[in-house]
Amino acid sequence: METTKNYFFRDMSVMLGRSMRHILRSMDTIITVTIMPIAFMLLFVYVFGGAIETGTDKYVNYLLPGILLIAIATGISYTAYRLFIDMQRGILERFHSMPIARSAVLWGHVLTALVSNAISVIVIILVAWIMGFRSPAGVLAWITVAGILAIFTLALTWIAVIAGVSAKSVDGASAFSYPLVFLPFISSAFVPTETMPKAVRVFAENQPVTSIVNTIRALLNNQQISGDIWTAIIWCVGILLVAYIFAIQSYKRRV
Amino acid sequence: MLQNENAISVHGLKKSFKEVTVLEEVNFEVKTSSIFALLGSNGAGKTTIVKILSTLLKYESGKVTVNGFNVSSNPGKVRQSISLTGQFAAVDEVLTGRENIIMIARLRHLSNPRQVTEDLLKRFGLTDAADRLVSTYSGGMRRRLDIAMSLVGKPQLIFLDEPTTGLDPEARIEVWKIVKELASNGTTVFLTTQHLEEAEQLAERIAILHKGKIIVNGTLEELKKLFPPAKVEYIEKQPTLEEIFLAIVGKKEEN
Repeated sequence: METTKNYFFRDMSVMLGRSMRHILRSMDTIITVTIMPIAFMLLFVYVFGGAIETGTDKYVNYLLPGILLIAIATGISYTAYRLFIDMQRGILERFHSMPIARSAVLWGHVLTALVSNAISVIVIILVAWIMGFRSPAGVLAWITVAGILAIFTLALTWIAVIAGVSAKSVDGASAFSYPLVFLPFISSAFVPTETMPKAVRVFAENQPVTSIVNTIRALLNNQQISGDIWTAIIWCVGILLVAYIFAIQSYKRRV
Repeated sequence: MLQNENAISVHGLKKSFKEVTVLEEVNFEVKTSSIFALLGSNGAGKTTIVKILSTLLKYESGKVTVNGFNVSSNPGKVRQSISLTGQFAAVDEVLTGRENIIMIARLRHLSNPRQVTEDLLKRFGLTDAADRLVSTYSGGMRRRLDIAMSLVGKPQLIFLDEPTTGLDPEARIEVWKIVKELASNGTTVFLTTQHLEEAEQLAERIAILHKGKIIVNGTLEELKKLFPPAKVEYIEKQPTLEEIFLAIVGKKEEN
């Protein structure tokens, strides 16, 4: 076992290289991941936006953080899909019968999700910029935003691993992400929570998306960051740990 | 390293999935550098045995050693000395043939992955197709690539789980040729098949697995002795469609 441990990073980089090739050879996945969030962004900014009162000059500035979360929630379903295909095609069995660190296989998929979601996020920010999004944020604020999005992606990716490993069909492997995609709608992502009825408002204000959205929005608009950032980080890290434990468990059960 | 006389030794192996007993009491040995065929109908437990021998599955009781290493207590060492070619070609369709082999060579931590890859591509007649995506390969080419990937790093023992299922007659004969070459170079080959003819063509020893038990185990001659001596009858023999097919396409090959 010592020998395989020593090779963990080497093996993982081979795995990362493999699935990065998958992404680069199927750029259509980036398009399908970004197209729905971009459509929402267009719809909300140019159709509903005029009627939404957010207290900011530009609605696109208000909206962008939530759109980025939707994009990530959409993007991770491809991780579940790729993992599911690997399990079906038998290539995973080949890897597992070789003297390599088994966890390197999973981490390769997870890191790939990080890279591909980063690409989609950048694409969406560029589209938002064309639509008039501007941010006075400095380098440090942007790095913090990137960090929060990265932990958020990691947390959702490990949920995707659970789905990919335990799914019985391709559809099942990707369907789990739908509720995650709609979570931002019942949050402060599109409208301030103050206007919502009591019950909805309580849910909206206490679910993870709101604190994450508020933190990213504050960072991008150079506003004072509230305690939201800690709530956001605790949510992300919490989900990450729980999902990771369950993912590793269901992975071990399958292989 | 000490050369073991037996590449595989299995004693009292039991395995069940929940309540269903798949392997009842399996005993057999495979000599180093020989070809061993495990015959059995669908669902007899052939793949289960392959998975146990290649460290992919745990088992309840029994003693299983591969190349002198205990499968359950020393899986790392076992994995270093074996290679698995599963029932479905375990190749990555999104990569090219060359990338597939290089990936395995890197995962086996070889010092010269490129050289090894070029040699294998040449040996398996895949040099011309090396830069094409595997998704464009024919079934026979896939299987050749699959076996080529299994030979990276020259494992002492190679498992071939139904290597010719789904192949056309030409591709099947090609696989048989490769298997014979392997054994003549000192590699131990453990083969499972549903086709009696395949076992007859290739194997020095044949075992028949039926309802979780090895019911017969011996050389082809020994197996033949179990049946009453052949009666001599004269029957007009029609060529089989396979023989006709091979005769026609074979002529083409000879030129």
